[in-house]
Amino acid sequence: MFKPSVCALSVSIASILAASLPAVAAADPVKVGMITTLSGGGSSLGIDVRDGFLLAIGENPDVELIIEDDQRKPDVAVQIADKMIQSEKVDVLTGIIFSNLAMAVIPAAVNQGRFYLSPNAGPSALAGKGCHENYFNVAWQNDNLHEAAGSYANSAGLQNSFILAPNYPAGKDALTGYKRFYEGELAGELYTKLGQTDYAAEIAQIRASDADSVFFFLPGGMGISFMKQWDQSEIDLPVIGPAFSFDQGILGAVGDAALGVKNTSQWSKDLDNEANKTFVAEFEASYGRLPSLYASQGYDTGKLLLSAMGKADVKDMDAFRSALEEADFASTRGDFAFDNSHHPIQDIYVREVVSEGDVLTNRIVSTALEQHSNVYADECKM
Amino acid sequence: MSASLFIEQLLNGLQFGVMLFLMSAGLTLVFGVMGLINLAHGSLYMVGAFVAAAVAGWSGSFWLGLAASLAAAALAGALVEMVVLRRLYRRDHLDQVLATFALILMFSEGTRWLFGAFPLYLDVPDVLAGSVHLPVLDIVYSRYRLAIILCGFVVAAGLYLLIARTRLGIRIRAGQSDRQMIGALGVDISTLYTLVFALGAALAGLAGALVGAIQSVEVGMGEPVLILAFVVIVIGGIGSIKGALIGAIIVGLTDTMGRFMLPVFFRQFMDNAAASSVGSALASMLIYILMAAILIIRPSGLFGKPA
Amino acid sequence: MNGRDPFIAFICLLLLASVALLALWLDEPYIITLATKVSILAMAGVGLNLALGHGGLVSFGHAAFFGIGGYVAGILASHALNYEPIMQSPWLIEGTTRMLIIWPIAALVCAAFAWLIGALSLRTSGVYFIMITLAFAQMIYYFAISWPGYGGEDGLSVYLRSTFPGMNTMNGIHFFAICFVWLMLAMGLCSRLVQSRFGLALQAARQNPVRVSTLGISPYKVQLTAFVMSGVITGIAGALYTDLNRFVSPSVLGWHTSGEIMVFVILGGVARLAGPLIGAAVFIILEQTLGSWSENWQFWLGAVLIVMVLHARGGIISLLDRRASRG
Repeated sequence: MFKPSVCALSVSIASILAASLPAVAAADPVKVGMITTLSGGGSSLGIDVRDGFLLAIGENPDVELIIEDDQRKPDVAVQIADKMIQSEKVDVLTGIIFSNLAMAVIPAAVNQGRFYLSPNAGPSALAGKGCHENYFNVAWQNDNLHEAAGSYANSAGLQNSFILAPNYPAGKDALTGYKRFYEGELAGELYTKLGQTDYAAEIAQIRASDADSVFFFLPGGMGISFMKQWDQSEIDLPVIGPAFSFDQGILGAVGDAALGVKNTSQWSKDLDNEANKTFVAEFEASYGRLPSLYASQGYDTGKLLLSAMGKADVKDMDAFRSALEEADFASTRGDFAFDNSHHPIQDIYVREVVSEGDVLTNRIVSTALEQHSNVYADECKM
Repeated sequence: MSASLFIEQLLNGLQFGVMLFLMSAGLTLVFGVMGLINLAHGSLYMVGAFVAAAVAGWSGSFWLGLAASLAAAALAGALVEMVVLRRLYRRDHLDQVLATFALILMFSEGTRWLFGAFPLYLDVPDVLAGSVHLPVLDIVYSRYRLAIILCGFVVAAGLYLLIARTRLGIRIRAGQSDRQMIGALGVDISTLYTLVFALGAALAGLAGALVGAIQSVEVGMGEPVLILAFVVIVIGGIGSIKGALIGAIIVGLTDTMGRFMLPVFFRQFMDNAAASSVGSALASMLIYILMAAILIIRPSGLFGKPA
Repeated sequence: MNGRDPFIAFICLLLLASVALLALWLDEPYIITLATKVSILAMAGVGLNLALGHGGLVSFGHAAFFGIGGYVAGILASHALNYEPIMQSPWLIEGTTRMLIIWPIAALVCAAFAWLIGALSLRTSGVYFIMITLAFAQMIYYFAISWPGYGGEDGLSVYLRSTFPGMNTMNGIHFFAICFVWLMLAMGLCSRLVQSRFGLALQAARQNPVRVSTLGISPYKVQLTAFVMSGVITGIAGALYTDLNRFVSPSVLGWHTSGEIMVFVILGGVARLAGPLIGAAVFIILEQTLGSWSENWQFWLGAVLIVMVLHARGGIISLLDRRASRG
């Protein structure tokens, strides 16, 4: 008995669409809601993503951007997302830095018919079974950089790694990711307290073990603390980590302790492509500091959005989704494509911390993984 | 597990404890003398670390940074005492909690405003860089951490002498035992209070600067330490410097040895990754379990006066 | 509590409801969300106020109850939504998304925890009590972060709010109505309780425990009962908060949450019926307005709070009600 009305409805929708089609050229601006961490600890990451994104978008009248601070609190992030979706009626959401906030916001947002472009977090729960057609990750799946570190450890001939990470889901994913590619033995495996600042006890255990290398994932201040204390311990073992603890925003605080450390990243300042050269030069000119990994991810997110906007109207979700899937933009990382689960297929490099003048920065030394996707992609049904 | 590793971990626990003592000494003094609960004590620790990093970065000298951090934290403490906290001594503890909670917000955001969102750099001085080889049991230990342990004990001895032997110490003790009386005896209470507060703040600033050289100097670094310092003074008995010293060492050792031993213990029953995860989870709860246990047995802490 | 308290509380509740209705009329769903948040946080504060204000039991660990209530709601709902029973042996327990079942379970679990924590903590008093309650909350916090079962630090998403007969809980104003009624119930209960024989015994136990025990009443039992009721009210607020966000994570168990609930109570007015509601509302309004005004809004929030502490003794409510004094 509902059929006639459904038909009537679809007819009327079709006629509205038909009527509005010629107006696509002068479409309403795309409303973008950016929820990111701008205050308190962790704000340097959010600020970099925001600045990179703003640089990519530029003075673009077709983008209406709303930026809000999530204070790194999941409940605040959810409430802002509700506001952006219900009151501001944004078309696209982006900006979240931390996985726990991403898990709080993204599933609800994409189920309410919004696009989400992730400039940083890529929790495994959103990569495999939990993938969604409206969710696009422009950075990496959380495991990627750790997998690359494991792969690098093999090629560097390391056989007995001591590995450590904080005791929370991302930390466990990190060690799992490393072990997935690493073929050697483990000299030790430690989970530390989240937010821990003193690593003397862990470093003593590394010293006492017969490890030939150390892999660690300790984001933010934890990594700074670990590296400073590691340097003081004068243990002469190679250290490997994902880029997070050796990125531009953090290197200054780690100091010379970081020199020579190999870290894995999908981006580096010295990547030799036109888009990256432009990005690095413009970022430095606009903000007076060197760009970070996070800034490059924010920038790529902005460029991806612009590329899709040039091909389709955001109100036509299927067309816009296809346009996003094409990823037809010049990424700062060179080649960039989405896999079936809307996560990047990209090269992941090994970088080395070097000093340029009196500034510490990174230089690419090799490629750890080529055209790498993620292990969860096969479980994604969409 | 070798004996040298065990002893090295004991030293690590001791060093952590000594650092906590520097934090808790000021907190317990301020509570003992003025009856003030100061949640913003961790912010003074942060101020110490930031000023040390900024001055050391500008001048190239760690020692200048250390001196500056003491001065800056004492100054910030005195200022806060004179402008805000002085009006709250006669108030309920609850008003003090609210006011000092508000001070945390102001200090954290103010620091971010002044120094930016990125962590700062502070390195250990060259004299104390690297490790020393201890003759016993072939132990290699960080020279800087040994210096922190030494510094903590020097401060403890200094505080003891200050309180036991000096005029200021007599007044502090008098203030602890009877607040009204010492005012009646003609002691200038408000100067005394400001001095005590500035002293506590300077100790927190010292802790911040010392630790800043081996940790990350960032906004919010004071809060986890603040909670630990409260744990320490409650275990030791509020108002007791001796209690703070012993409490700090107990907490430092428990935390460090727990993180070290618990995963080893659980490895007897389960595989490596699971043991590490369970052990670490329990280790992070351990000092709170310890504190609850001590308070259940001794409701006023180890050296506190019974309520 | 003070003679005019019920009147002030009535006005405040009326204001809150009108804000929500006005927002509905103006089609501002975010304002309704904020009004719902105020109702829930105020209810958590009402719970704390019973222990802290009337009982003199300054708990710095109420985040434990708020979070446990939240996790009970989250765990039950997630099991029901994933069609996975919570346990199969020795008997089958299924999850549920029915609020009418979730609430009693949350209340029971919180009561059990509050009884355990209260029974141990009440051996101490004063600052020791503040810190031991914090210690228990921290234990639960670290447990929640490291326990992988329900997402650990990533938290637990439930996607849909739980259901209530005759209401569409995903509709903002419907859900607001549920939370608002809970707030009224909690305030009504506290108001009755404080004037009852139990309430008098509780206040007497705070002011003069020796005299109470000479009357043959155990101050410990009275205080423990108050602590458990306080934990239950805060716990149900926590369950509602999970539904508001359709998400729960260990951050609700952190000491910041305890601190914030306490700030609502002190800011509004300790031991005053409308205190937590006024405190929560003012705090949220400040957060929203200052946040849109300056990136360094937390600095200004701190400054405003300090000015309020220094100049409004007894909380904001005492500014509204000059004649009143505390206790």
